[in-house]
Amino acid sequence: MGPVVPTDFTPWMSLAGGILIGISAVMLMGLLGKIAGIAGITKGMMSAVLPMDGAPSDWGWRLAFILGLIGSPFLIGAVTGEMPVHTVSPNVIGMATAGLLVGFGTGMGSGCTSGHGVCGLARLSVRSLVAVLVFMASAALAVFILRHGAGGWL
Amino acid sequence: MTRILFGLVAGLVFGCGLVIAGMSNPGKVLNFLDVAGAWDPSLIFVMAGATITTFIGYRLAWQRTAPVANPTFDVPSSKAIDAPLLAGALLFGLGWGISGFCPGPAWTALGMGATGTLAFVPAMLVGLFLSTRTDFVKNKMAT
Repeated sequence: MGPVVPTDFTPWMSLAGGILIGISAVMLMGLLGKIAGIAGITKGMMSAVLPMDGAPSDWGWRLAFILGLIGSPFLIGAVTGEMPVHTVSPNVIGMATAGLLVGFGTGMGSGCTSGHGVCGLARLSVRSLVAVLVFMASAALAVFILRHGAGGWL
Repeated sequence: MTRILFGLVAGLVFGCGLVIAGMSNPGKVLNFLDVAGAWDPSLIFVMAGATITTFIGYRLAWQRTAPVANPTFDVPSSKAIDAPLLAGALLFGLGWGISGFCPGPAWTALGMGATGTLAFVPAMLVGLFLSTRTDFVKNKMAT
């Protein structure tokens, strides 16, 4: 969906960023005893204003965590002098549909790239490994169809 | 208050990790998923760096009897590989592949205000809410 903009292979920066993500996950476990799953943190945060059945209700630190996520590109921008580059499709209907799928799917499947991906794999959870394999495959399939199959219509 | 501060710092570190790794850019994520096209394997290094760091760090953290600011380590106990897990992961992957956004990068992109992000994030919150409603319906039916 949207134009294909080639990106550079950045193994060292990506490794460094990944290590930071890991440090954050370890902080959440060591300090607050929580899994760093962004879908789960978001769900718990929403329990402040909505009845989110089955979601934890300790929303204070969750809201702070999400505010940290939102603030981080501005922190990077202040340090480096330029905001990070990102390409987002302008297709409002496509993006809203994707948002619904991501929210509903991570809620139903109890996790996303961070909860099942990073934290679940680090816990050697077979359940999380299965989830990761399924969402990697369906994501690659969606990209294949949109870019190489019926591409252009969305 | 301590818990709020810990949450904020962890969120900033996580977000900076996403940005530095390139994962906050949906274009780069889509290129990672596009194995047959403009493939950019960088995100393998993100996952490797994050997972290995977490694997080691968790084991160090679990040496303590309890976390610094919580009575217990709240680790998921479910091992079930059931229909909600599989269907949820399938739907999530489709949305991830359409947009290039999973939940973390959607939040880091929010403040930069791209039109697509502003369409994505509210829809994601609606989706999360609806997923808890289906649990509600299921539980009601079970009882």
